[in-house]
Amino acid sequence: MSILVDKNSRVVVQGLTGKEGMFHAEQMIAYGTNVVAGVTPGKGGQTALGVPVFNTMAQAVKETGANVSVLFVPAAFAADSACEASEAGVELAVVISEHIPVMDMIRAKAFLNARGTKMIGPNCPGIITPGECKIGIQPGYIHKPGTVGIVSRSGTLTYEVVHQISEAGLGQSTCIGIGGDPIIGLNFTQLLELFRDDPGTEAVCLIGEIGGDAEEKAAAVVAAGYPKPVFGFVAGLTAPPGKRMGHAGAIISGSKGRAQDKLAAMEQAGINVVKALGEFGATVAAKLK
Amino acid sequence: MNVHEYQAKELMASFGVPVPQGGLADTPEQAVEIAKQLGSDVCVVKAQIHAGGRGKGGGVKVCQNIEEVKTAAEAILGMHLVTHQTGPEGKLVHKVWVEQGTDIASELYLAVVLDRGAERLAVMASPSGGMDIEQVAEDTPELIFSTRLEPGQSIWDFQCRQLLFGCGLDAGQVRQGTAMIQALVKMAMAKDATLVEINPLAITGEGKLIALDGKINFDDSALRRNPDIAALKDPTETDELELTATSLGLNYIRLDGNVGTMVNGAGLAMATMDVVTQAGARPANFLDVGGGANEEMITKGFEIILDDPNVEAILINIFGGILRCDVLAAGVVGAAQKIDLKVPLVVRLEGTNVEEGKRILGESSINFEVAGSMSEAAAKVAAVLGGAA
Repeated sequence: MSILVDKNSRVVVQGLTGKEGMFHAEQMIAYGTNVVAGVTPGKGGQTALGVPVFNTMAQAVKETGANVSVLFVPAAFAADSACEASEAGVELAVVISEHIPVMDMIRAKAFLNARGTKMIGPNCPGIITPGECKIGIQPGYIHKPGTVGIVSRSGTLTYEVVHQISEAGLGQSTCIGIGGDPIIGLNFTQLLELFRDDPGTEAVCLIGEIGGDAEEKAAAVVAAGYPKPVFGFVAGLTAPPGKRMGHAGAIISGSKGRAQDKLAAMEQAGINVVKALGEFGATVAAKLK
Repeated sequence: MNVHEYQAKELMASFGVPVPQGGLADTPEQAVEIAKQLGSDVCVVKAQIHAGGRGKGGGVKVCQNIEEVKTAAEAILGMHLVTHQTGPEGKLVHKVWVEQGTDIASELYLAVVLDRGAERLAVMASPSGGMDIEQVAEDTPELIFSTRLEPGQSIWDFQCRQLLFGCGLDAGQVRQGTAMIQALVKMAMAKDATLVEINPLAITGEGKLIALDGKINFDDSALRRNPDIAALKDPTETDELELTATSLGLNYIRLDGNVGTMVNGAGLAMATMDVVTQAGARPANFLDVGGGANEEMITKGFEIILDDPNVEAILINIFGGILRCDVLAAGVVGAAQKIDLKVPLVVRLEGTNVEEGKRILGESSINFEVAGSMSEAAAKVAAVLGGAA
């Protein structure tokens, strides 16, 4: 079992014919993802990686029944493409693109919300249900099918945790990189709700970082009563205030968004806080076995 | 990206926000010349650095005559201004802004901010101007008024009225304030500002509203479509190594420790800094060479790290995702040979072909310590430095 995506997901790749789109779509197909279409304005009628390319998302969805979109679109056009995906009726838009202006994302998020479209990202590695489908840029081989749900604001940090959990003899139900931007799609809170209702998920890992208050809100959900064990990590204990640590959203503003406050909120909520990243997999395994 | 007060005021003025008349000087003589042209008895000389708390640090002086302007400019230009935001070493003041004095009856706080949780812009106002707004929010939250904008829409008049009547303004002042808020919101949306803050916003003895300070943060991701804003960047406000790193396409932030770190991915880079600290050493930097690190990026990373004279050891932590570890290992060896590495190096690789990667590192002529896990890597670095860094 899993959340959001599985072997039945029909995936359209926006920006398929670009360099990034081609590279990662090929890896996705090799993993077993059911990629049914690509969209690149002006390249409609062509075929790439064995799938038809369309000029518009509306055509792609109509012709192929695609229900999930993944975006490898340059930042300047990505918000527009996410709205196009939403208008075309996909259930989920996975936005990999980085450096999308936040004013664009404010408008796009409202557009998607009004149409009930879920979004993952932007500035994220994507979503994967191991053994079924990979939608994004993750290294597929580190994942194993299993029962641990993973949600993270970071890319390679997620891989680190996934790898440790696989090495510890466990596997993952679904892993989601929610993105490092100030405004994102599905957040910790919403994904905790989805994992709560997924019978295939036994435990949830939250990988946070400095900036914003997503970890505090997630802690409140767990504190109110959560039926599955939750594990938490927060990167950036040693990050200086006022500096953007790579991700646009990873910044301590005044006294807001500090790692120690997030960890304290998690601990108080009964989340199993992992302080030493190297012990994440072992900590989860000890609790679940 | 941040800008100076004078740049913020000029931009706000171009959108119709009232600001005091003034001019920019980089010598005391220029400051005097500007003060004479302003023709007002009282002038204010203000250090232009990217940090708050300038007044308390001695970077803002109210002057009663031309002689005092000269003395103030002489004192402030060239000083290392220390505020709660600069760190103990302070910031060198290159320029002062000289402006007309304002007859202040009361001071407000006004800001347009990105509300991350609500995913839209918000406007905040408070009658407690001139103070640290976080402190006001904590001590007297009833004195903070805020309203949220509909995504992509401008602000309605009633929202401005709610804020401004809340702050105790009279009808005439509310009209001025409404125009001012609308101008600031328009500016934030047009120029991709995620924070516009006026603290204090003065009400003069005559009942006029005027912005006595200005702070703006712009969205870095939108600078490409705002070349006029990008041109406002002051390179002297950024660490030299950080500037070089930016030009090389690296994400680098200088810190005060002695362990250089090089990592692929921002989250993992932060976690690596944390692990180094937990092992008893101190990171010299944050460096994200990108999710798809290659030899070229690793070489550039080495160059930046080694330009920092405090670095006594380097820790490389790479999670080989799509890129294989053997390719990355060859990249590390190639880069280390190219730059003739002199400091101890600990490398932790994980991912596809990790055994092959470790073999390549082991057989190279360069003295590597190879670590299997993040904790081991950090412990090895701390040990190389003698435990206590």
